Amino acid sequence: MAIVEIKNMDLFYGAFQAIKKVNMSIEANRITSMIGPSGCGKSTLLRCLNRMNDNIEGIKITGKIDIDGIDILRSDEEFDVDALRRKVGMVFQRPNPFPLTVFENVAFGLRIHKLAKSSELSGLVEESLKAVMLWEDLKDRLGNNALNLSLEQRQRLCVARLIAVKPDIILLDEPCSALDPIATAKIEELMLELKKKYTIVIVTHNMQQAARVSDDTGFMLLGELVEFGKTSQIFTAPKEKKTEDYVTGRFG
Amino acid sequence: MFSRKVTDSIIEKLIFASGIAAILLVSLIFFFLLREGLGFFSEYSIKDFITGHFWYPTSKPAAFGILSLIMGSLFVTLGAAVIAVPVGVMAAFYISEVAPVSVRDVLKSGIELLAAIPSVVIGFIGMVTLVPLVRVMFDIPTGLSAFSGSLMLAFMAMPTIVSISEDAIRSVPWTYKEAALSLGATKWQTMYRIVLPAAAPGILAAVMLGIGRVIGETMAVMMITGNAAAIPESIFDPVRTMTATIAAEMGETVKGSMHYKGLFAIGLVLFVITFIINFIADTFLNRVKK
Repeated sequence: MAIVEIKNMDLFYGAFQAIKKVNMSIEANRITSMIGPSGCGKSTLLRCLNRMNDNIEGIKITGKIDIDGIDILRSDEEFDVDALRRKVGMVFQRPNPFPLTVFENVAFGLRIHKLAKSSELSGLVEESLKAVMLWEDLKDRLGNNALNLSLEQRQRLCVARLIAVKPDIILLDEPCSALDPIATAKIEELMLELKKKYTIVIVTHNMQQAARVSDDTGFMLLGELVEFGKTSQIFTAPKEKKTEDYVTGRFG
Repeated sequence: MFSRKVTDSIIEKLIFASGIAAILLVSLIFFFLLREGLGFFSEYSIKDFITGHFWYPTSKPAAFGILSLIMGSLFVTLGAAVIAVPVGVMAAFYISEVAPVSVRDVLKSGIELLAAIPSVVIGFIGMVTLVPLVRVMFDIPTGLSAFSGSLMLAFMAMPTIVSISEDAIRSVPWTYKEAALSLGATKWQTMYRIVLPAAAPGILAAVMLGIGRVIGETMAVMMITGNAAAIPESIFDPVRTMTATIAAEMGETVKGSMHYKGLFAIGLVLFVITFIINFIADTFLNRVKK
């Protein structure tokens, strides 16, 4: 069943159209990857799903994005953007833990949404850290500043911080671009693990990564969604010439 | 025609000389202060000086107790801090996080402009507008009080506190805010839980520098605090600060007399206090840079 339904979506930065008539539906409990050359609009599209583009001035979006049947682009005052972002979380390109302790990083979402009594807090933090396989490494260092962790640990911590608030959808914006190949492999392993409980959408410019981890793949070019389908089909039997040129490395 | 190397070495020497001159002048001031002030303590005990209640420098026998002056400075400074710190920090948050860009630029330069108003002008404005108002509003015999002084000094400390705090708040990386917002935090939660702790060292330094300015301020307090050298019982009593005492009496003393040296000793106490405050502020500012 489709959890995200994008219908006829256009996005303009001032006069520049960054996304053109995109239609696509994202299935629950699958990994959907978005590929395409830099500037093709894949990150912009991803950031529409939790309205992270709201802070950019001069942006205009038309069309519809339904998540669980609710139009999230509604501009009326009653629509609760904070609640949407709790449901649709995001991990960024550069690991960006807060300059707080490891524990406070994970507890942040629980505190702001009042999801736990203080007595339950440490249990939930442990659970989240275990889910991203950081618990064994960090259980004695929960009071350390999160900025002192390695890059990979920081990125894992960002995922732990996110799943602590129990989102439905996790958006990953080139989550491995700052990591080395070994750390990347470990994060990919984590994605496959998380797929059981969450719907994951990942933007990546690493085609091999998309081929390795994702179930569905969308190829974007100059703001258009050129082709969207099963990952195996996109990489082995693309219907569009442009897709074929891109996945075979003829450009991009 | 000088070669480039000669020009270079001349300019280098000039810059070196200017730097040395600045350091030399400051140390001369310090040694002068130390000599005159310490000379006082060979004749008058430090304990009586700091804890004595009476400042009667021209009576016979003279009394040089500065407790009332320390209390005066303390009342005015604390009062100013209580007003200026919360208002200043909130203003800084408004300017950097809430205000639209056009408003932000106008406000920031406006507030920095406030720092350029000479203190005698602020004192004068306070004297003709604030002092009568305070007298009527609180129904006290005179509006020349620690409270009026605190209000005016809060006004003078505000530009420092707002401007430096705003810099600290604005230097918090956008990625932190983005992360907090993406977790569903409201704007307020982001400011309070993430931006404030991240900017805290810079804000503390701003507060310390603001207080440093307040404690050293002379002209405005002399004009509006009433200058009664008595230990104040409430914030609405007239007080006299250490700085105002030096400024008011220095012209009337005989050079080399006990009174003269006593004023230098007050200067020494003031120097120690401001040195400690600046040292704390510096420590925090350095921590920010790291």
